[in-house]
Amino acid sequence: MTTRTIDFEITTPGLDRAGHPTQVPLGVPIEPASFRIPDPGEEHMLVNIGPQHPATHGVLRLVVELDGEVVQRVVPHIGYLHSGFEKLGEYRHYNQIIPLTDRTDYLSPMANNVCFALAAEKLMGISITERCAVLRVIACELSRIISHLVWLGTTGIDLGAFTPFLWSFNEREKVYDLQEAWTGARLTTSLTRIGGMMADIPDGWEDGLRSFCRDFPNTLREVDTMLTRNAIWIGRTQNVGVLTGEEAINYSLSGPMLRASGVDYDVRKDRPYLGYETYEFDVPIGEHGDIYDRYRVRLEEMFQSVRILEQALDRLAGLRGAPVNASDPRVILPPKSSAMSDMEAMIFHFKQVMEGIAAPPGEAYLGIENPKGELGYYLVADGTAKPVRWRIRPPSFINLACLPKLCEGVLLSDVIAINASIDIVMGEIDR
Amino acid sequence: MMTARESAAALAAAFGTAVLRRSESCGDTIVSVARESAHEMLQWLKETPGQDFDYLTDVTAVDYRDPGQPLEVVYQLRSLQRKVDLRIKIPLDKSGDLSVDSVWDLWKGADWLEREVFDMFGVTFTNHPDLRRILMWETYREGFPLRKDFPLRGHYSRAEQTRQALGANPEAHYSMEELSIAAAYDDLPDDMRERLATGERGEVK
Repeated sequence: MTTRTIDFEITTPGLDRAGHPTQVPLGVPIEPASFRIPDPGEEHMLVNIGPQHPATHGVLRLVVELDGEVVQRVVPHIGYLHSGFEKLGEYRHYNQIIPLTDRTDYLSPMANNVCFALAAEKLMGISITERCAVLRVIACELSRIISHLVWLGTTGIDLGAFTPFLWSFNEREKVYDLQEAWTGARLTTSLTRIGGMMADIPDGWEDGLRSFCRDFPNTLREVDTMLTRNAIWIGRTQNVGVLTGEEAINYSLSGPMLRASGVDYDVRKDRPYLGYETYEFDVPIGEHGDIYDRYRVRLEEMFQSVRILEQALDRLAGLRGAPVNASDPRVILPPKSSAMSDMEAMIFHFKQVMEGIAAPPGEAYLGIENPKGELGYYLVADGTAKPVRWRIRPPSFINLACLPKLCEGVLLSDVIAINASIDIVMGEIDR
Repeated sequence: MMTARESAAALAAAFGTAVLRRSESCGDTIVSVARESAHEMLQWLKETPGQDFDYLTDVTAVDYRDPGQPLEVVYQLRSLQRKVDLRIKIPLDKSGDLSVDSVWDLWKGADWLEREVFDMFGVTFTNHPDLRRILMWETYREGFPLRKDFPLRGHYSRAEQTRQALGANPEAHYSMEELSIAAAYDDLPDDMRERLATGERGEVK
């Protein structure tokens, strides 16, 4: 019996011979005509997705007009979670608005708290301490990580990858434990106060964060191994939902959605706050503007957040014992011990709690780089302790507005992938 | 590189009296402009070399507590290359015509932002392609929630709001346009189709 060797090549769609991903021409560009194989005539079908649907990531309702399987039009309907936060804010003292910010983008509550405190401080002309700025940077970057982890996990599930969901939620749990130890809450953190923080970090908290920074990149690298070169993942994401840089700017997109299209705009770099210009980190930029690039940008942002966290921890070590709150009796409550024993401190305490902090007439807009994009708070004051107008510039709302554009001529299953790639959170869209 | 203040001065030089007021607050530069030439000015700011305000950060409106003060429509502009922000305001007399030209033709991102201002403040944007309510439902008739004359808890009691919600037709949540696409309309029950055809959308008077 003779043996024969046959030469043949094992290939995986989406990978070249060295195992590197190639652009797979699935999804866009699609000539809608080529998909009309059983010609449905002029009859279009309406498919209603949501508002109660796991793949719409919240109470979002999409009405999809289909020609066969090709999407002709998508009409998003929002407002199911409308809570009137902006109106409520006009009836609250500045510090009382902070709990409302938790509930807008509830996947990154700490970053919202920081943004509101910064906007109010800009309005009132208050400067914060160095230690406070470092703590706020930590809050922002931890928020970025947990928000991106939710995005990664849920988008993976939408596209059929279950394991990254478990890994990312496992890591997210560790951040939630840190968040709970710091603020006492897992979701409604209300971490900041105008001029400072609700609380300093507890003893030994840095060690927990250090060990998270040590272990977390390993998990990310595992996700990277699972997804980045995965042929199915590549097939579902590359060249789907493509937006050019010019279009992305014209649609006012921000955050990873904008950067995946190749526009180098990160608020942390271009309009620095909290001393971000003194931290060393890179801003990942995509080039194709498709779902795959959005995934790569968000994945890399998490690595960069860990870099920032490590630098912040080093700075924190040098600021041990430094004050967290600004020493401004107008805005910072006196320590409880002196409020109970010192007449003047008690008066300050009473006035702040009962009357609130009056902001001088004026207006201020401040935007920060939130996980979802540029979150901006626009405050208009008339000299009283309550704002005349508290406007939230909601990044997911503005990013979602381009969904009908992204879904022109794609397949129905791509609508789910594209919607997931925008990274929306309905609490912020509906406010 | 021009600062925001210089951009505001250039705008005033180019448009003269249509620029009503230039001011600064908390380091932000603000320009109040007349409604009639606002669209032209925004286009000028977007397209003039050296200005390049290519990014529309936000569109919103402000209603002041003082009823004598005008309602302001606010555009936050940004130049991505020059890293400069500029705020343009259009004051509108509350007793007069609350309409401005839409900037949707300049920035597609203005679509939903202007719809929200319409929904919350009742400002109409002429030439907007799809000016409908966005956060409130389409049959909402109580008014414009972010106006100062709108009470915090709404015009009706909780019981009345519940009654209205239960009395509304479920099809009121579908627009006529949606239902009239293709086959969907024909599949509706006769009574529902009739109600829609006569324009009855479940509104409670």
